[in-house]
Amino acid sequence: MRPLYETQRLMRGIRRAALQRGVIAILDLGTSKTACLVLRFDGPQRSQPVDGVGPMAGQSQFKVIGHAVTRSRGVRYGEVDSMGETERAIRTAVQAAQKDAQVRVDHVIVCFSGARPESFGLFGEAEVEGATVDGWDIGRVLASCDAPDIGHGREVLHAQPVNWSLDHRSGLADPRGQVGQRLSSDLHLLAVDGAAIETLLLCLKRCDLECAGIASSAYVSGIASLVEDEQELGAVCIDMGGGTTGLSVFMRKHMVYADSVRMGGEHVTADISMGLQIPMAMAERIKTLYGGVVATGKDDRELIPIGGDTGDWEHDRRVVSRTELIGIMRPRVEEILEEVRARLDVAGFDKLPSQSIVLTGGGSLIPGLDGLAARILGRKVRLGRPLRVQGLPQAATGAAFSASVGLTLFAANPQDEWWDFEIPPDRQSARSFRRAVKWFKDNW
Amino acid sequence: MRTLILLWRLTLPSLLRVPMVPPSGGRRDPAPSVWSYRYQRLMLTPFYRRLFHVGLPAGLVTLIALLWLASADNRAALSARFEAWKDAVQDRPEFMVTKIEVTGADRALMAAIREVARLDLPLSSFDLDVDALRLRITDLTAVRSAQVRVNPGGTLEIAVAQRNPVAVWRYADGLRLIDAEGVMTGMIAERADRSDLPLIAGDGAKDAIDEALALFAAAAPIAPRVRGLVRMGERRWDMVLDNDLRILLPTEQPVQALERVIALHQAQELLDRDVAVVDMRLGDRPTVRLNPPALATLRAAAAAVATTAAAAPVFEDH
Repeated sequence: MRPLYETQRLMRGIRRAALQRGVIAILDLGTSKTACLVLRFDGPQRSQPVDGVGPMAGQSQFKVIGHAVTRSRGVRYGEVDSMGETERAIRTAVQAAQKDAQVRVDHVIVCFSGARPESFGLFGEAEVEGATVDGWDIGRVLASCDAPDIGHGREVLHAQPVNWSLDHRSGLADPRGQVGQRLSSDLHLLAVDGAAIETLLLCLKRCDLECAGIASSAYVSGIASLVEDEQELGAVCIDMGGGTTGLSVFMRKHMVYADSVRMGGEHVTADISMGLQIPMAMAERIKTLYGGVVATGKDDRELIPIGGDTGDWEHDRRVVSRTELIGIMRPRVEEILEEVRARLDVAGFDKLPSQSIVLTGGGSLIPGLDGLAARILGRKVRLGRPLRVQGLPQAATGAAFSASVGLTLFAANPQDEWWDFEIPPDRQSARSFRRAVKWFKDNW
Repeated sequence: MRTLILLWRLTLPSLLRVPMVPPSGGRRDPAPSVWSYRYQRLMLTPFYRRLFHVGLPAGLVTLIALLWLASADNRAALSARFEAWKDAVQDRPEFMVTKIEVTGADRALMAAIREVARLDLPLSSFDLDVDALRLRITDLTAVRSAQVRVNPGGTLEIAVAQRNPVAVWRYADGLRLIDAEGVMTGMIAERADRSDLPLIAGDGAKDAIDEALALFAAAAPIAPRVRGLVRMGERRWDMVLDNDLRILLPTEQPVQALERVIALHQAQELLDRDVAVVDMRLGDRPTVRLNPPALATLRAAAAAVATTAAAAPVFEDH
């Protein structure tokens, strides 16, 4: 785990450098679309940190100056499937966004949805060395967490302390500077396939981009589409993407659980394509134009031409009723939601104090989905749209862009992660030197 | 001709125009190639952007200009063209000087100034070196200061402050006119040309012109008889009257000494007597030197008195 710790620390350093240069790109590498936004950090509050959530959730610091979306290629299930094609998609998006922004971008923060994320809860505990808790104590607590068996070839994507307790006081947001004896922490660790991350980083490197951070898209779309009280009281964000459906559980403003279902909108399209014997592009088109999950009597009379270019007059002039289309789409959407329900049951969703569910992502735009989701998942379901950030074009304000917008927020004020704290040096010499320094501080 | 036009219509547009429609069979790939991606990123880098947008065009223009200027013919043509253009501007009637106006000078000086400022009018005011002209005019001895300016309307105005001669100085080369500052303003051929001015002579006379003028003022009562002042040893003055009568004045306070002599003259008609020199150099012992005939007469008279005194008895015989 040490190399990844170093890598993540390195990325944090690159991110800091990029913020000092003022321009950073975010790249949402999805299964169906690749979005790139170029952010410029020169807001009025850049030098004045505010406590807690600032005005406009701290997002007045940055402005979106470039925006580009392109069709993804070479990505399946949120993972890089064909590197060459993925590179071309990244290059297309980055080049168009650069052209839009008229600046060159070297640093990019990327999010992806696949690679089978898996959540672990960790617990760490340590004695407080000095009178009050400082960064070294926190580092020792985090270092004392017993590493779970995350499996062979798996890597840690996020490791966020979600709860702090000092002696018998629990639920501290920030223990630094507080007086106590025994500091303990709950850590949420998200592990993904290491090979997927490696491939992704290699793709970015071959596009001459430096990776300044990497995030799970379930996490960042939760940041973007859950409002503040939902994050505080507990909510589930379901990001219905193209190849995967990610779900993230938020509680007390921290992500406490994340998972993903390897099914998404592309499967619905594939079902339509197979069921109606039409090409994928046409299936995607009639899905977005006429798709739905609740059939009504009127839908029998609405006939959709599905076309074709075989030259056979009969074949090229077929029509289907909207009811038929809904009949193809609904079982797949139901299956996805059932799967999500099963994952939530595993996660102990029914024990959550506030069981609100927010549907976002491109798949959530299917008409009538909220009714279907309420029947399967629970009553408190709403459709989420991402937060408005400054300079975001109108085309990128829809639910399909919640991961991109969340990534901008993640870039602006990231959550403290494990690698943000120094691991205390184990060497005796350093410890004695620190003790000598401390003795000087105390006595002089 | 028609063939050429046809050829033009057939070939060149087809060479220039990029086919907008991709060849059928394959979809157009929006993805940039690696090299075009790198090239675009390079062109968005500020340094290269400035280099390509500003540096290279400027360098190219400079290079072409330098190559063109490398030929001497081109340089000459360029400079000739520039000169022609400059002359065309400078010779406009607004900038031409058509006449010279001299103020503050008498007729002789005016003639001298016109001689010095001989310009072939009309002349452009750009070609006129006003400072040099002013220096040339100021170099004339009779000119104390001069202002030269080009007035609107094409008039060159020369305003002169003239030096006024106050005395005639007889020097080795002739008769010089000098002004109150001791500066020579001109020369005259004969004393009679400026008989209104007093005459001074001797080495260093012009350096003590103030004193000389004061002495002439003090000598007003005997003015018709004064012929001039002679500077002696660059130290003191001799006043020469007619009949070669000299009044030797002291170095210090010559005016008072002269006033004493004039007072003596008014009381005892000293200067009407047959006196050669009145020596006032020692203030407490003024001395008078008689002319030889007067001296002889005086001596004879004195001897007669002596013999008369000696032959008193004889006199008593009468």
